[in-house]
Amino acid sequence: MDLHATYRDGVLLLQPQGRINHLNAEAFEAALAARQAAQAGRLLIDLSQLEYISSAGLRILMLLSKQIVSAGGRLATAAPTPVVREILEISRFNLIFKIHPTVDAAIAAFAAVG
Amino acid sequence: MKVRFWGTRGSLPVSLGGAALRAKLVRSLLAADGRRFADAADAEAWLATQPFGLTQTYGGNSSCVEIERRAPDPAGGNDYLLCDMGSGLRPFGNAVMARHGPQRPNHFHIFLSHLHWDHIMGLPFFTPAYIAGNRLSIYSAHAEAEQALRLQQSPPCFPVPFEALGARIEFIQLEPGRTVTAAGCQVSAKRQLHGGDSYGYRFEAEGRSLVYSTDSEHRLEQAGEAEDFAAFFRAADLVVFDAMYSLADAVSVKQDWGHSSNVVGVELCRLAGARRLALFHHEPIFSDERIAEVEADARRLERITREDGPALEVFAAYDGLEVEL
Repeated sequence: MDLHATYRDGVLLLQPQGRINHLNAEAFEAALAARQAAQAGRLLIDLSQLEYISSAGLRILMLLSKQIVSAGGRLATAAPTPVVREILEISRFNLIFKIHPTVDAAIAAFAAVG
Repeated sequence: MKVRFWGTRGSLPVSLGGAALRAKLVRSLLAADGRRFADAADAEAWLATQPFGLTQTYGGNSSCVEIERRAPDPAGGNDYLLCDMGSGLRPFGNAVMARHGPQRPNHFHIFLSHLHWDHIMGLPFFTPAYIAGNRLSIYSAHAEAEQALRLQQSPPCFPVPFEALGARIEFIQLEPGRTVTAAGCQVSAKRQLHGGDSYGYRFEAEGRSLVYSTDSEHRLEQAGEAEDFAAFFRAADLVVFDAMYSLADAVSVKQDWGHSSNVVGVELCRLAGARRLALFHHEPIFSDERIAEVEADARRLERITREDGPALEVFAAYDGLEVEL
């Protein structure tokens, strides 16, 4: 599992790659902390390179979302692979996280809200 | 070994209700689309082709599961093995009475996951407990088990005192990691994350294994948690699992409420190499249709995570379900 980080139009764009499960969930959490994800006012998770995410990874994303929202920030996701989209639906995370079809659409949505 | 579900609902017994029943009738009549039925058997045969949620209900009694090693002898003297004494204990007791009548002594071995009300509320309505000659062995890892059962049968909670129970009742204190033998089964306990703790049980006999793991919250991102439970579930023929909430609810608004999800159930059973997963402790506000969705979602996840491994059979438990292991 790798986690690439860039900034685009004032949005912290994180792109996890590979698989996230109980075996590397703590490493994923540490990688998020190293990139100061919880301090981001606007955070976008690009899911286009994520092959699989288990409940352990989703729980970490939920904890991250709580931290960001409580600080007045916003978190969104974009471009999930078909498998990850299905997992988001099965787990009902699609009812909690905004899922944009593309990174561009997500960036535009952040800009539109301001 | 056979497993029989007498109560599968979480937290609070519920009934289908008149409006929901009528909605099922309307949808069934529409599905029949003018079909004529020659007799009851013909009607039953057609109903069997329809979705479970349309023609039946998952049921509303709270947790009670029977493990049957061999068919009971109507002449009495049987050892019955149960998990929890939710309101499902009442229909179980009625079935026992119908089988044996009041005069036959039987021995009931009951393992309590914990002492929350929905898991003990059936005892005051368990007819065999009032009959002298019967015996109840109540196994619990909670030292307060006897106190809790006496309390729920004390004024002003209930008019019939605990002392009115005519059966011989004994309490066996369990310790996690120490195996006990009950009704011919080897039983081990595992502490689980729940308010005041709960305990999962693994039953083994004649090469078959059943895990009863309800009222348990999981945090699989924490080191060792997944491996610990996978070891407890290892190669089980059936895992009865608390799938009360969606994963999203379990880790957000209902975090620390002590329950789990269909997603975590599939993941742990996959890690453990279990053969079957029974989704259990259904959320009381869920309709039959919603529980059917929980089941369908779990099956979707099972397919996603199967890869080259063997299939995991997943189903939502319902009151009255029997599973042969």
